[in-house]
Amino acid sequence: MQEKKRNWLSFGGEVLILAAIFTIVQYAITAGLLNQYYQINLASMVINIILAVSLNLINGFTGQLSLGHAGFMAVGAYASVIMTNMLGYPFIAGLLMACLAAALAGFIIGVPTLRLKGDYLAIATLAFGEVIRVVLQNIDAVNGPAGIVGISRLTTWPWLFGAMLLTILVVVNLVNSSYGRAIISVREDEIASELMGINTTSYKVLAFVFGAMFAGLAGALYAHYFYIIKPETFNFLKSFDILVMVVLGGLGSTTGAVIAAMFITVLTAVLQSFPAIRMILYALTLIIVMIYRPQGLMGNRELSRQTFGRIWGGRK
Amino acid sequence: MPLPLLKEVAIMLEFSQQLINGLSLGAIYALIALGYTMVYGIILLINFAHGDIMMVGAFVGFYSITLLGSNIVAAMIFAMIACAILGVVIEKIAYRPLRNSTRIAALITAIGMSLFLEYATIFLLGPQQKVFPQSAFPLQQYEIMGLLITNKDIFIIVSAVVLMIILQFIIKQTKTGKAMRAVSVDREAAVLMGISVDKTISITFAIGSALAAAAGVMIGVYYNTVNPLMGIIPGLKAFVAAVLGGIGLIPGAMVGGFVLGILETFVSGYGSSLYRDAVAFGVLILILLIKPTGLLGKNTGEKV
Repeated sequence: MQEKKRNWLSFGGEVLILAAIFTIVQYAITAGLLNQYYQINLASMVINIILAVSLNLINGFTGQLSLGHAGFMAVGAYASVIMTNMLGYPFIAGLLMACLAAALAGFIIGVPTLRLKGDYLAIATLAFGEVIRVVLQNIDAVNGPAGIVGISRLTTWPWLFGAMLLTILVVVNLVNSSYGRAIISVREDEIASELMGINTTSYKVLAFVFGAMFAGLAGALYAHYFYIIKPETFNFLKSFDILVMVVLGGLGSTTGAVIAAMFITVLTAVLQSFPAIRMILYALTLIIVMIYRPQGLMGNRELSRQTFGRIWGGRK
Repeated sequence: MPLPLLKEVAIMLEFSQQLINGLSLGAIYALIALGYTMVYGIILLINFAHGDIMMVGAFVGFYSITLLGSNIVAAMIFAMIACAILGVVIEKIAYRPLRNSTRIAALITAIGMSLFLEYATIFLLGPQQKVFPQSAFPLQQYEIMGLLITNKDIFIIVSAVVLMIILQFIIKQTKTGKAMRAVSVDREAAVLMGISVDKTISITFAIGSALAAAAGVMIGVYYNTVNPLMGIIPGLKAFVAAVLGGIGLIPGAMVGGFVLGILETFVSGYGSSLYRDAVAFGVLILILLIKPTGLLGKNTGEKV
């Protein structure tokens, strides 16, 4: 009883903190305290968080190395722009279409490829991601390699914040449900969990579809923030970008993915004028993290109120 | 009926011409694929950095021609030596510490190594592409029975075949080759037989990287340019070739390389060149779904 009450109290506290973050940033934007530069970086930070959290569901929790996340982002971006810019539907319809289209793409790609294991899966997803890009380059209706320009900026802070919150909530709740336990068991030992009666393929596909769906959402937000989308933006280097965040944060830690996405965005912004140095740092980060701390920053632990409680020596 | 006959001859000529172009592209893919497949065969790692080692080889070749004034064969040998050393160093620094960790960790390290080579080169030499000196290899065209064959094609195909024969000799006839085969079959048993696994893996990286370097110089000759990101796409395609033939199998890499090269030339020759890049990935997806062990591979059961 006492325990439950405390949980509710801290839940209320979390809602308050989130509401405070939202309001402060919203106020800062409307009052003109954040200039364009900070706003752009804030938007990429949120988009990166969505991408990292969703890829972490596939790579971290399910243990299936996917290198095609940018492909799903592209599907979402193009689907949403077709809905809003070309067909004139409202933004929400574009977002929903982006989720739907990317989830569908995730399903179509996931069902055949997720039978593959390890390296083969990695390379197959990479290939699918590239195929999506090449196909987009060859469709004249979306201007081929030139991409679509003049997309109206519909992504605002409330949309970004809402989408990020939705992504994190869905991923966290999915992982903590019975589905999530099945998904994690697939990561830990696929053969053993199959023997326990878990339909490993369907759980892998489930995680893959959810991951792809949120990547599509991120793509839609991206398209409607940066005015322009090109197939080239979504090449496999973008997938590697997201992978770096997930690996750095710790495969299987949502909070780790969030922290790493924020860190990488800041790093990118700081090193904007030295792209080569940024990429060298990326590369060294990947190698050094893998050699000395293969579990990443957070391992598979989460930063939560329990962690803080432990730090302050209070409740467990 | 002279006219239809003429048409048929023209079609045949066109076909043979495409075949020759495909052969030289395929030879390049096959050389790169050999390195992929040897490394995969011995430590089960997709060496993503392999395409970038090829790029480094192309640059070494480029600078030995422009700065040292060497001819194309000497440039190729310089590049092969430099990349053999590079390959061994990469394996020692980045891959050896991970030999007993998860496959995913090793794969991510390889991706990191690939990015590092690309952007370190951009940082040191600038992102611009450099024109491969024509003086080192003046273009000559020969017409044989209506077919246009350039000395580039001949150079590429002949040197690729020579290198493959040398490789086959090393693998089949020498003690080192025997050790390589033993380690790839069963590493622990090889250790018990007194084979130095570390040394064998180093040699595998050296040979694979040297072959990639040769391919890099060939690509420089073939496309006339070198740039720091030139390794990405040929690297991926060579990987596709290795998977196509059956990864881990040396004859598989050769077959896969030539098949992919010819397939690609035909698609860009007869279809749309824009879809050329999609062909390789489409082939990869098909082969992974239908027969993941590749054309020459055998099915093996899953061990618990």
